[in-house]
Order: sequence, then C-alpha cells, then structure tokens
Amino acid sequence: MLYREAGQFKTSYADDMAVFPIRQDRIALWLFLAMAFVGVPVLDAMNIWPFAGEYLLRAILIPFLILALAAVGLNILTGYCGQLSLGSGAFMAIGAYSAYKFGTGVTIPLEIFTIAIPPLPVLPSILLGGVISAVVGILFGIPSLRIKGLYLAVATLAAQFFFDWLFIRVKWFTNYTSSGSVTAPALDFFGFTVNTPIERYLLCLIFVTVFALIAKNLVRGNIGRQWMAIRDMDIAAELIGIRPLYAKLSAFAVSSFIVGVSGALWAYVYLGSWEPLAFNIDRSFQLLFMVIIGGLGSILGAFLGAAFILVLPIFLDQVPHALGMPLSVEFVSLLVFIVTGALICWLLIVEPHGFARLWSIGKEKLRIWPYPY
Amino acid sequence: MKKVILAFAVAALCTSIDAGPAAAQQNEQFLPALVYRTGPYAPNGIPFADGVIDYWTLLNERDGGINGVKIAFEECETGYDTAKGVECYERLKAKGSTGAGYVSPLSTGITFALTEKVPGDKIPLLTMGYGRSESRNGAIFPWNFIAIGSYWTAADVAIQHIAKELGGFDKLKGKKISLVYHDSPYGKEPIPALEERARLNGFTFKAIPVTHPGVEQKSQWLAIRQDRPDYVLLWGWGVMNSTAIKEAAGVGYPRDKMIGVWWSGAEPDVTPAGDQASGYKALMLQHPAGKFAVHQDLDKFVVARGKSVAKDDYAQVLYNRGLLNSMIGTEAIRTAMKKYGNKPLNGEQIRWGFENLNLTAARIKELGFDGMLGPLAFSCEDHQGADVARVQQWDGKAWKIISDYYTADRKILDPMVKDASAKYGEEKKITARDCTKDS
Repeated sequence: MLYREAGQFKTSYADDMAVFPIRQDRIALWLFLAMAFVGVPVLDAMNIWPFAGEYLLRAILIPFLILALAAVGLNILTGYCGQLSLGSGAFMAIGAYSAYKFGTGVTIPLEIFTIAIPPLPVLPSILLGGVISAVVGILFGIPSLRIKGLYLAVATLAAQFFFDWLFIRVKWFTNYTSSGSVTAPALDFFGFTVNTPIERYLLCLIFVTVFALIAKNLVRGNIGRQWMAIRDMDIAAELIGIRPLYAKLSAFAVSSFIVGVSGALWAYVYLGSWEPLAFNIDRSFQLLFMVIIGGLGSILGAFLGAAFILVLPIFLDQVPHALGMPLSVEFVSLLVFIVTGALICWLLIVEPHGFARLWSIGKEKLRIWPYPY
Repeated sequence: MKKVILAFAVAALCTSIDAGPAAAQQNEQFLPALVYRTGPYAPNGIPFADGVIDYWTLLNERDGGINGVKIAFEECETGYDTAKGVECYERLKAKGSTGAGYVSPLSTGITFALTEKVPGDKIPLLTMGYGRSESRNGAIFPWNFIAIGSYWTAADVAIQHIAKELGGFDKLKGKKISLVYHDSPYGKEPIPALEERARLNGFTFKAIPVTHPGVEQKSQWLAIRQDRPDYVLLWGWGVMNSTAIKEAAGVGYPRDKMIGVWWSGAEPDVTPAGDQASGYKALMLQHPAGKFAVHQDLDKFVVARGKSVAKDDYAQVLYNRGLLNSMIGTEAIRTAMKKYGNKPLNGEQIRWGFENLNLTAARIKELGFDGMLGPLAFSCEDHQGADVARVQQWDGKAWKIISDYYTADRKILDPMVKDASAKYGEEKKITARDCTKDS
C-alpha cells in the first residue's frame, strides 16, 4: 500500500535499466540528496538543532561520509568480488601520503637527472593519491590469482604491515619532518578555499555521491557481473568465459582507488595533520566490520555499516551524560564496548546478511502491505 | 520493521534529551577535560586527570571559582586515540556560555591534530611539557602554549646530566647513547635535539623505536645488550615504561644508566617493575611528588569534603602535574580577567591571558606551589616560559631528587625552534605575527 508499484509500466529499455526502477525509490533518493545537499547547509546556516554548532558536521557527518566512501571501496573488493582484504587501512594510507606528496611537490634525485614535480593543486593530488593506491592495489592483488579466502586475507595483511612500516620509517614520505607527523596543505579548489565545516561537508558529500554513483553503475554493468561471477564460483566463471586475471585485478584497482581517495580525504579534510597510526590495522578491521555488518555486496550497506560502526559508539557514549546519569567516563567507555559488541553479535545472529538485507526485507514487506509474510 | 521504528523512536528520544541540559549556567567558565582512564595509557592518564579535576574543584570550593566565576567542567574519554580525541574536542569546544576556555589533551598525537583546529576555533591549546617543540614560537603558533618545557628541552637537560655524571662535556666524546622511544610523534620529537647534541659533543647516538603500545620490547633490549650503550634514554608512556625497566633488568642493563623523560618518571612507571626499578632515573617537569602548601588546601576543601576524584594517586608525580596544568590554565584566565572583567571569557580573551601570564616566585608561593614550579612567564615570542629541569631517582620506594636545576641550552635549541616553526609556517602559509607590535 505504501510501496505499491502497480501502474508503473516500463515502456523503454532505458526505463528498464534505470538504477532505481521503482518510482518511490527515485523520489526517496532525490529527497534524500536534496536533504543532504540543500537541507543540511540551510539548517546549518539557520543554526537549527542539531546542526547548531559544528559538532554534528565535524565530528560525525564528515568522518561518516569519508568512512562510508572507504566502505564502498572495500565492498567492491570483498562484497562484490569476494576477495577478503585486511589491507584497506594501508590503501587509505597510500592515498593520504601520495596526495600529501603530490600536494607538496615530489622530488626524486636520481643518478643522471632529478624527477621534480611541482606542488599540485588539491583536487589532482587527491585523485592521484587514488591512482597510486590503485596501482599498489593491483600489485598486491596479483597473489589473489593463486590464493583465496583466508590466505588472501593474510597476504593483504602483509600490505597493511608493510605500509605501516614504510610510512613510519622512510622519511621521504613525510618530507623529513622530525616528528613523523605531516600536515595537509590548505584545501584550495580552483581558487576557492574550503575551510568551514559546512564547506568541508559539502566537499566530502560531492566526492561520496560521485563515487557511490560510479560504484553503483559499475556493479550493475558488465564488469560488476564479472566480479559477482568470480565471487560466486570462480571456476564456473572461468568456464563461461570470464578472465579471472582481468576481473580480480580490476576489482582490486577500483576498490583501492576509492579507498585511496577516501584516505586522502580523511587526511586532508578530517584530520588535517596525521601520522601512520591513523591508518593502522584497527582502521582495516573497522572498515571490514562496516562492510560485513552493512551487508556484503551492497552499496547502501556500506553507508548503513559505516553509520552503525562509527556513529553508534559516539552516540552511546553520550547517552548516560545526556540523561544525567552520574557514571564515570571510564565506565561509560567500557559500557560502549560491551553494548556495541553485543549489538554486533545480536545483529549477525538475527540477520547474517547485514543491514542491507534488513532494508530489502523491509521494502518487500511494504510492497505487499497490509499482508506481509 | 517495528524494531527499526522503535530504534528510531528511542534514538529521537535520546537526542531530544541531549538538547535539554546543554544550555549551561550563565556565569560559569567552561573547561573541557580530555582524559584517558581506559586503555594501555590509563595508568598514567588517570593520576593526571585526577589532579586536573581536583584543582578545579579546589578553586570552586575554596574561592567560589576564578575571581568568583565558577568553573564548569566535563570529562571526555579519549583513550589516547587521536580520532577519538578530535571527536571529544569537537563535542566539548562549544559548551558553556563562552565555549571551552582552553584545552589540554595530554597526548602529542591529539596535540598535532588540534594544532590544525584551534586557530579556527580560537581556543588556546595548553600542552605542558609535550606537543610540538617548535610551538614555542608564538609568532607562528599563536594558540599553542608548550608551558615549562618541550621535548627538546628535556633531551638537552638529559645530555647535560649525563655529561655531569661523566665529569664534563668533553667526556661525552666517543660515548654511546641510545634512545628507546615510543614510535609516534611523541617519541620522535627529541631525536633532532639529540642528533644536534651528538654532533656537537661527539657521542654516538642511536634511536631504537618501540611500537605502540609498547608491551613488546624483547628485540629492542637484546639489541641494547649487544650494543652496550653507555646510557639509555627512555621516551615511553603508559605500560611501555614499566615494560622497558623490566626488560632492562632482564638483559642486565644497569637501571642507573637509564634516564627517562618526565613522562617516564612517575609511580605507575616504576612500581610494576618492583625492585628491578631501583636506581632508575628520570627527568622532572620541575615538580616532584609529595605534598606542598596547595595540598593542605586540597586536604581541607576537596578531600575532606569527599569531592576528590583521586584515590591512591593523591600527591603522586602525575597528580601534581595535573594540579600544575590546571593552575597555569586558571591563572591565565585570571590574568585575562584583569583586562576583560570577572566574567566567563572566550578562548580569544584567554589566549591574551596566556600570552601575558607572569607567574612570579611570590605569586607561585601565594598559590601554594612553592617548590613545585619556578618563575614562568609567556610572551608573544616565547610560549614556553621556562627552560629548567631536574633529575630524580627511584630508590625502590620513592622518587629522590638527585640534581640541581639544569638550564637547557637555548643557543642550541632556539635556532632549531626557529627553523622548524618557519618550515611549518611556510607549509601552512602562515605569516608570522610581528611580536614587537602585538599586545
């Protein structure tokens, strides 16, 4: 009743192939995007709660968007192509440090001549950060042609530790700063400096929207179907003419590119100043949990998972104080661990396929309202 | 679906409650407390946080606040994690009628991240004895106050003490000094100062990193056993310190040849190692452990009234450091009140108070901190205010002061501060303030 699609006829191939074939979905998406692009800035400008102050934007929405983007990237590799990766933190770091190097100028003194690239503007350096990350992703994806499952996870874990080590030890990457902590250049886009929280938010939102759209279209196209075929059964996929080399490495490349861009955003837009610890193994696990809890093989799931893993602990942390419960901060922070952990267990028992599956079940039930089964 | 709706309803309810008490009392100065009472750094985070909170409570209980303006404060648990620390900062920075007065994260990593944020938010960042060493230069870092000493000060004093033990700077020639450090900006900060000293005094310097959180140091100490350095400097924090002392004992490295930074010289660092820690030395951020005049007031107004958050960490090294941190911060607010009046002040006004803070020996005595801190004065070009430190030694039961005050050699450090801050200013395109004109 709420979600009836009776009367919506598809009269052209374009209609049939639309990203969102149901009208209600399309309307909801446009409303959502309008809310994100117009509503949030307007509410922020008018200082309406909860947008009053910068807390929601700077501490929740910006990190949420960036990590959601990283989760979309990882979901392509793990959710769509079935290649388990524990190295996403490393790929974020590669994106961040490459963007930093391109943003501050690269000089490689060689025997005969010196390669010198002047400092690039922010947008190209962020995108090039993604490109470098994609190249490294392909390199570390090569073992995936021979090893599978948990063994591949261990191989990507090697990437994680290798790049942790590289960015701590090789001082060239940090421009020889004494502390090993680097600072991002100012966020100049075509002469416009992104500075206030709302500008930073909109910047992230543009990146996330564009990449989510690209990802959504990739996974429903030819290449996405190849990835899914590889995921479901690689031998069968090979037999029907899919080249595992091409499919797997393209998944690594696209995934690492998106994760790398999100790493550059994390460094440039959210942290401003960072050290390799910001991209350590915990970040890889965090992203993997987002993808698993959100739903493997779903773009929407990446967003839901990011919200659950990132926002829920922050929210839980503030509940006792907001309710005026006299609990000490250490008790609350331990409580958050317990509650979040319990919720994850409960969710995985009730719905092993994550939030994306819950969402689609909900939608199904709404379609046959009032008699869902 | 019902569950989802229910969850949203609960969420909406909780967030709407959140909006209620956020409206703070009008005539109160809000101060945030970024603390860590959980995680591998909690043994050191707890006593410091207790000292910070107890001094604020003392001011509220004894004097009714700062010049009659009560202090409102709220803790936020960072777990020594940079991302969490930034979230805490964002959460607390706008609370109270005038926003956060100043912020002290007690973490070099969080300090680095907040250094990028405080100029935009106009909140002073008080990092007493930690953080960016080059932030001493207030012309480039107007919002950072690295009170009392930087890691470069500490490194210089440690080498001076070694020279004194050996019988002169000329004796340093050909000696081997190793640094066992926490592999983070915190541990890496002293390296340039030590390298500079190694160049000047002709000793061999070796830096040995320990990965966070520092419970695994076997290979580092085996390397030390092979290399046999004459002295080992320890730049650790949390469980890393006591682990290092235990490992040193394990490989038979003499503890009295180890000198820790002032963040490696408190009770939680030595007591877990038991007798093995006897003889271990550490720098002091001027103050020792034990009770001073201010503790009499604390006993009377805070502990006796049951308002102290401290347990057995009362009057320990880090607890006293917490007191000192709050004293410097609140005295800066008091200084600012002379100009702006006795009311809650915003960060910009308090920054003026910091920059014009002048703690004379008489004022320090009046505050009950005599013996804990020497005279301290900030200015536009000097956001550190003091260059002295002493050395203490753990005798198995208590810390004993074993040296006089050393003064770090500014002839060596000042050019380094100038270079490093200029480089930062260039990268961030900051034009240095003209300190001759700025008030």
